[in-house]
Amino acid sequence: MSHHDTEDHLEDIPLEALPLDAWHRARGARMVPFAGYEMPIQYEGIVAEHNWTRENAGLFDVSHMGQLYISGECVEAALEAVLPIDLSTLKHGNPRYSLLLDENGGVLDDLMVTRWSEGFYLVVNGATKWDDIGHLREHLPDEITISHMDETALLALQGPKAFTVLERLVTGDTPLALLTFMKGAAFKLGGVDAWISRSGYTGEDGFEISLPYEAVAAVADLICAQPEVKPIGLGARDSLRLEAGLPLYGHDMTPETSPIEAGLIFGINKRRRTEGGFPGADRIIREINEGTARKWVGLTIDGRLPAREGAEVFVGSDQVGIVTSGGFSPTLGSPIAMAYVAREHAAVGTALEVEVRGKRLAATVTPTPFVPHRYYRGN
Amino acid sequence: MRYYTDEHEWIEVEGDIATVGITEYAQGQLGDIVFVELPEVGALIEQGKDAAVVESVKAASDVYAPITGEITEVNPALEEDPALVNSAPEDGGWFFKMTIADVGELDGLMDEDGYKAFLEEL
Repeated sequence: MSHHDTEDHLEDIPLEALPLDAWHRARGARMVPFAGYEMPIQYEGIVAEHNWTRENAGLFDVSHMGQLYISGECVEAALEAVLPIDLSTLKHGNPRYSLLLDENGGVLDDLMVTRWSEGFYLVVNGATKWDDIGHLREHLPDEITISHMDETALLALQGPKAFTVLERLVTGDTPLALLTFMKGAAFKLGGVDAWISRSGYTGEDGFEISLPYEAVAAVADLICAQPEVKPIGLGARDSLRLEAGLPLYGHDMTPETSPIEAGLIFGINKRRRTEGGFPGADRIIREINEGTARKWVGLTIDGRLPAREGAEVFVGSDQVGIVTSGGFSPTLGSPIAMAYVAREHAAVGTALEVEVRGKRLAATVTPTPFVPHRYYRGN
Repeated sequence: MRYYTDEHEWIEVEGDIATVGITEYAQGQLGDIVFVELPEVGALIEQGKDAAVVESVKAASDVYAPITGEITEVNPALEEDPALVNSAPEDGGWFFKMTIADVGELDGLMDEDGYKAFLEEL
């Protein structure tokens, strides 16, 4: 028995331990290399953890992600020169999705940008954080300071019961109920200062919680002591985000993909679509106006055999696309995938075939999310 | 007589036919199994070569033939209910039956005690 390699290995770099390493092991986690760290892939099993998150609340340790604080004179203009974001419409405390682009408009990373009082708080992917810091240092003026918050942990509490749980545990100037989707504020959580935003990567209502390394084990204990909460590994994180139709950097987008073909136009804020002035603007504005040769679409696949990253998509004998993420949907009980497909074959309902180990599987272009988002946007 | 491989397959020999599956340890490592791709009946498979593929939620894994032989039967229950491999890996979740081309190949496999000792070393 041998596993086909699907993990993000950084093979030559010694693996580091995150602050909850012992905490995960004590709860029976199976640890795997991911983004240069040992991370929990699962505890009791991916399907059980996936379903628990959809029905209750799951606690994810995402402390491998990079948390940065960018500040200094004219930081707003400096950041707008490297990101296609409109910071003039970003209110204090609220995270917004953005993209780190190279000069050709290829995607170097996707990230969240939050306005704090004096500067901006960024959350970037774990596997790319060192490159991101290098890129930002190279492209931001010298008077801009980049602080890597490398003693700050990040937890995500996700699921329909996340609010009930967290409301029980936090105090602060802002009632937790006032945080609707994509809003954030400072709270005390179990007596610890924490920055909390209503956001996540599962399609469910939920929160992301940034807090100091030294406090994270006690806070994780406190949250998991609530009967609605179980710890959830990276395996279910991936199946949840795939059902939610959310892209994973390094798989669904890379320097070889543009955000427009990936359907990430919302990451290019409206003012910037006409004004430009960000890396790759010429290509991206052209693609917004003229469309792209291929589009990132959802596929539902007949039968039970999953089509995974790298599987080729066909119409007859013509290859018309490639799968970038795929697996078995625990919620739907069938295989689903995301693929780049030539635009003439990308309309919803188009019948395609996906090849897995020489076998052709019937597939249909399907709207995403595969499982409806349940973000809390207020009444 | 039941034998085990260091790739976590088991092989039950009855007369001149061997039944093959994966071990309890293997199913625990794989997690929730959603699909099992079985060989064709009549296929000739060499020891150590790909015989089946197990798809879990997370990944695809190859299962190798523990001995050389011809596939005589595959488990029809796995098509409807691949999770049988999780719930009954060393019983109802068997994969296929095959002939034994070379009885000598069995000598290179572990018995139950040998496999238990092997697992403790992991």
